[in-house]
Parts: sequence; structure tokens; C-alpha cells
Amino acid sequence: MIAVARAVAWRSIHNFLTNPAFLAPAVMFPLFFFVSFAGGLAAIGDVPGFDFPSGYTAFQFVFVLLQSAAFGGVFTGFAMARDFESGFGRRYMLAASRRSGIVAGYALAALFRSFVTWVILTAVALVAGMQVDGSGVDIFGLYALAMLVNVAATLWAAGVALRVRSIQGGPLMQFPVFLILFLAPVYVPLDLLDGWIHTIASINPVTALLEAGRGFISGDPILVAASFAIAIGLTLLFTLWARGGLRSAEAAG
Amino acid sequence: MNGALRIQVSQLARRSVLRTLRQPAQIVPALVFPLFLLAVNASGLQDATNLPGFPTDSYLTFVLAVPFIQGALFSVMNSGTDLARDIETGFLNRLALTPLHGAALLSGLLAGSFVLGIVQAAAYLSVGLLAGAELAAGPAAIPVILALSVSITVAFGTIGLFAALRFGSGEAVQGLFPVFFVFLFLSSMALPLDLLTTDWFHAIAAANPISYLLAAFRSLLIEGWEIGPLLLGFGIAAAIMAVGMFAASSALKTRLVRT
Repeated sequence: MIAVARAVAWRSIHNFLTNPAFLAPAVMFPLFFFVSFAGGLAAIGDVPGFDFPSGYTAFQFVFVLLQSAAFGGVFTGFAMARDFESGFGRRYMLAASRRSGIVAGYALAALFRSFVTWVILTAVALVAGMQVDGSGVDIFGLYALAMLVNVAATLWAAGVALRVRSIQGGPLMQFPVFLILFLAPVYVPLDLLDGWIHTIASINPVTALLEAGRGFISGDPILVAASFAIAIGLTLLFTLWARGGLRSAEAAG
Repeated sequence: MNGALRIQVSQLARRSVLRTLRQPAQIVPALVFPLFLLAVNASGLQDATNLPGFPTDSYLTFVLAVPFIQGALFSVMNSGTDLARDIETGFLNRLALTPLHGAALLSGLLAGSFVLGIVQAAAYLSVGLLAGAELAAGPAAIPVILALSVSITVAFGTIGLFAALRFGSGEAVQGLFPVFFVFLFLSSMALPLDLLTTDWFHAIAAANPISYLLAAFRSLLIEGWEIGPLLLGFGIAAAIMAVGMFAASSALKTRLVRT
């Protein structure tokens, strides 16, 4: 299984690094979100009741980090769907001794592409003056959370890609992730949200991930156990989802 | 317009409109995506109205201008992708064998954007007003908002045509979407120019024409009848349309020579 995963991951990473059409959006999108939110909405940090100690740039950095983690997984799902649409996926299925290694390989590639994005995003945020008040352990917690989000999103997208086996399934992978991310406290803390968005954000699991991430960066960790439990739970749930997708792809021949 | 040209434009316009209406995949995202972001942003950023100097106490009213621009961005994709498909399938080559006038081709292809622009603008405005947005200029502003929205949609559509003729690939046209989204994000989309406190962001947003297209909508929604922002908005839409049509015409000549 490890050999299969390594081979699939290597090909995906090679494609990612050598094709600007894949590399550029993965890096540019999170940067534009970060620039737009942290730069364009900086005044939101002055709204009465907004008291995030590390400032608005750090507040938005956490959202963009987790968003890039999730979309790194979704974009890998696109690559998987493209491979199955072109017939390359079937060759993987014929060649692999353990087919779960194929999904594992894509997941490794998704982690790698997210690492590339995070390095650039973090560098840009620090150059832009982002204040980091968390300790080394806190920051490790933040990136560990992002890694789990990335794996969960990859497994979600893989489940869709293996069932649809066409790039036409792209919106089905992307839209639910987009929806759940933006129905969380993106711009202001949960306490400052009112009405329906507050109700939805209160039950949205991404809210706990965001609040934990923001706690890590400000050196005041909150909801740590809950956020990791949610992230691990999602990963386990989507592992089953991806395994079902693999069965579906196998049944399709 | 002579009779032959009129027939050419009407036939291509009919094809373009039918083609747009028969593709829910073009219409649905162009309606749903901007309305979803409108709902999320209007609720999530309502507290921004507490900032000193914010022009209205309803963030929904302020942000209602944004879907019109987002919808217009979809027009780039739709018009460009349709034409690119015509190029990829060889339909343009067949058209080139007929005595079709280049202006008729481009104008006819924009008819789909025109119709989609009307549908989008009516949907965004209806949903916004039903959700409680204000319209300071009163009901008389509704046709002006529709006209402005359609002008911008068609203007952006010309850029889609240019991209399709220049690159000849639907994938290349789709690749423009993020580029145009950057223009929207680096504008006064979320806060008024005066409240953009980050210097470099303020400078970019102030130089970004999208900020002034948004200001034209906002003048009617928030301020009432203000002729300056409206003229600027229509003027920018006309300028984009003129540049886009010129570029698309040049690209069409090159494309037809190539074939």
C-alpha cells in the first residue's frame, strides 16, 4: 500500500509542480483572499465589540489557512476526477496491489500542495505585519488542525471523484465545502453575528475549528479538544465515504 | 443597419439567447453564487455599519451592489466559453465561409449576455429589496439599475469574446475567472473607499474601475439621485465595451485569417 501511495503521490506532486495551471491557482487564490480580507476589511477590527488581541490580519489568516487546507483537498479531488475521466485512474486500479493506496497517494499529494501554499501564505502574512502571540506549541496546533482539515477535505472530494469519475463532479466537491466555510464566523467573531447567520454558525463544526485556530494564534487556546475531535471525526467519516467511492469505482470496472 | 446585417444579427442573437437559456449550468451559478455571497456577507458584516462614517445602517443595502458585478463576471465566462466552443467545434470556420459580417457575429453573440444580464439584475434587485434593502432613489431607479447592470454585463461579455477569439480555448476563457475576481476583491466591494484603512489597499481600490461601478449602484441604493457616480458608472461600462469590442474585432480578423 505504501509503494502505491508513494507512486501516486509522486505523480500528482510532479503534475502540480510542473504545470502552472495547477500551481498558480493553488497559491494565488488563498493569497488573494488573504489580501482582500486582511487588507480590505482591516477597519472591521475597529468595530465595537471586536476584541481579538492579535489584530485583524491574524484573525483572517486563520480563516484563509483553513480555507486553503480545505480547497487544497478539493483541488486534489479535481485531479483525481480528471485522471478517472481520462482513463488513467483505471490503469491505477489495474496496477495497484492495494487500491486504498491510490486514495492515500492523492491525500499525500494534497498535503504537499497545501504545505507549499502555507509556506507562501505564512511568509506573506508575516511580511504584512501579522502579529503572532501563540507559542511554538500553539502554532504547531494550528497547522496540525489545518492538516486534519486538508485530509478530511481530500477524502470528501475523493469520495465524490470516485463516484462521479468526471471533472463534471467538480461543483459537487467544491460547493458544499465553500458553503460550510462561509457559514462560519469569517469576518467577525461569533458573538458579533446576529440573526440566521449566528444560528447556523453556532451549529457549524467549522466554527469550532476557526475559534480554536484563532485561539492558537493569539496564544489563548480554546476549544482545543473539541476542534481536534471534530477534525478527526470528519476525517474518519470521510474515510468511509472515500472507501465507498473506491468500491463504486471498482464496481464500474 | 442594412437589411442583410439586420438578419445576420437577429439570427445569431436568437441562437445566442436560445443557447444561454438552454444551459442551466450557465444561468444557475450566475444567480445562486452571487445571492449566496450576498446573504452571507450582508449578515456577517452587518456590524461594519457601526464604523464611524459608514454611509448606511443597512449592510445589505451597501453590499447589494456586489452581485451585479459578480453576475457580470459570469458573463465573461458564458459569452467566451460559447464562442470558444464554436471555435473548437469548427462552427466559426463554417460561419467564415458565409458572407457574415464580423460586427454581426460579435453583436449577435452578445445577445445571450444581454438576456442573462436582465434576468440576473432583476433577480438580484428583487431578492435584495425583498430581504429589506433600501432604494433611496425610489422605484424610478429600478430601470436605471437594470440598464446599468446590463451595460456592465455586456461590456464584460466583450472581454469574454476577445479572450475566446484570442486563445480559441474554453479552458483559457475559464482561466480568466480568477483574474477578474481579483479585480472585484481589490475594490471597495466590502467597505467604502474612505474606510479602507490599509494604505496600499486603498490606493489599489481607488484606481480600480470596479470601485466606481459599485459606487454607481450604491448612489441609487443609498444616496438617491446623484448624477456624478451614475455618469461615471455608465461611462466606465461604455469604455470597457468599446475597448472589448475593438479588441474582439481585431482578434476576429486574426482568427479568420488563421483559418
